[in-house]
Amino acid sequence: MREPDDLSTFPGGMKHSTRPLSPHLQIYRPQLTSVLSIAHRGTGILLAAGALFLVYWLNALASGPDAFNFLRDLAGTWYGQGVLLGFCFSLFYHLCNGIRHLFWDAGLGFELRTAYRSGKAVVAASLVLTAATWVAAAFMGGGA
Amino acid sequence: MSFRTPLSRAQGLGAAGHGTSHFWAQRVSAVALIPLSVWFVYSIAAIADARYEAVRAWASQPASALLLAVFVVGVFYHAQLGLQVVIEDYVRTPWLRVSSLVLLRMLVFLLAAAALFAVLRIALGS
Repeated sequence: MREPDDLSTFPGGMKHSTRPLSPHLQIYRPQLTSVLSIAHRGTGILLAAGALFLVYWLNALASGPDAFNFLRDLAGTWYGQGVLLGFCFSLFYHLCNGIRHLFWDAGLGFELRTAYRSGKAVVAASLVLTAATWVAAAFMGGGA
Repeated sequence: MSFRTPLSRAQGLGAAGHGTSHFWAQRVSAVALIPLSVWFVYSIAAIADARYEAVRAWASQPASALLLAVFVVGVFYHAQLGLQVVIEDYVRTPWLRVSSLVLLRMLVFLLAAAALFAVLRIALGS
């Protein structure tokens, strides 16, 4: 007859088996697909934080030149540009990968090869769109 | 065998009581945000270095103000739906989970209202 499993007790009083569990997340070697997956959530959280800047920016524009030009000058510094670049890339990544998710929702593109291809395409598209935005801003930026 | 009542099956709302409504709201707001985000990024790029007067002139045009308002609503609606799932995934302690979900909703309403009020002030020139 089999020996019963060694059961240790959780602080909460629940019985907990010491039999092997399926490996935790940190056991696996990061793959493109898994990294892009968590990056979608990461950029989403980052963009929610970016929405705070949107509220600030709109209110500065509503309150007058002093508040607005202060923010404008801040955005012009190297660290301001760095933050904006990060938000811009996050937005394009979340947008492109979101479209990838919409295809999955429709039941398309689940094959391993396709999932990797679409993942690479999303990264490439986000980089190109971010660069294009910076070039466009440099050309039109002085604007109106 | 199923223990679900015929009424429960007909309503199709599942164990959590709201069926696929969150899933759909997240997708629909995502699709709406595709053109809105592209418009927003393009507009910001066009006024990247512009000073107060020029940006104000752009934002107070009816079309800009309307799209800014719709963009703000879309952004905060979509952000609330997404952050709600993040909280539901990671916060296990029941009281903390419920209070952070309530706090998130309140915060999102407050921020969206603040942004909309600013758009209104810009559009009406006050």
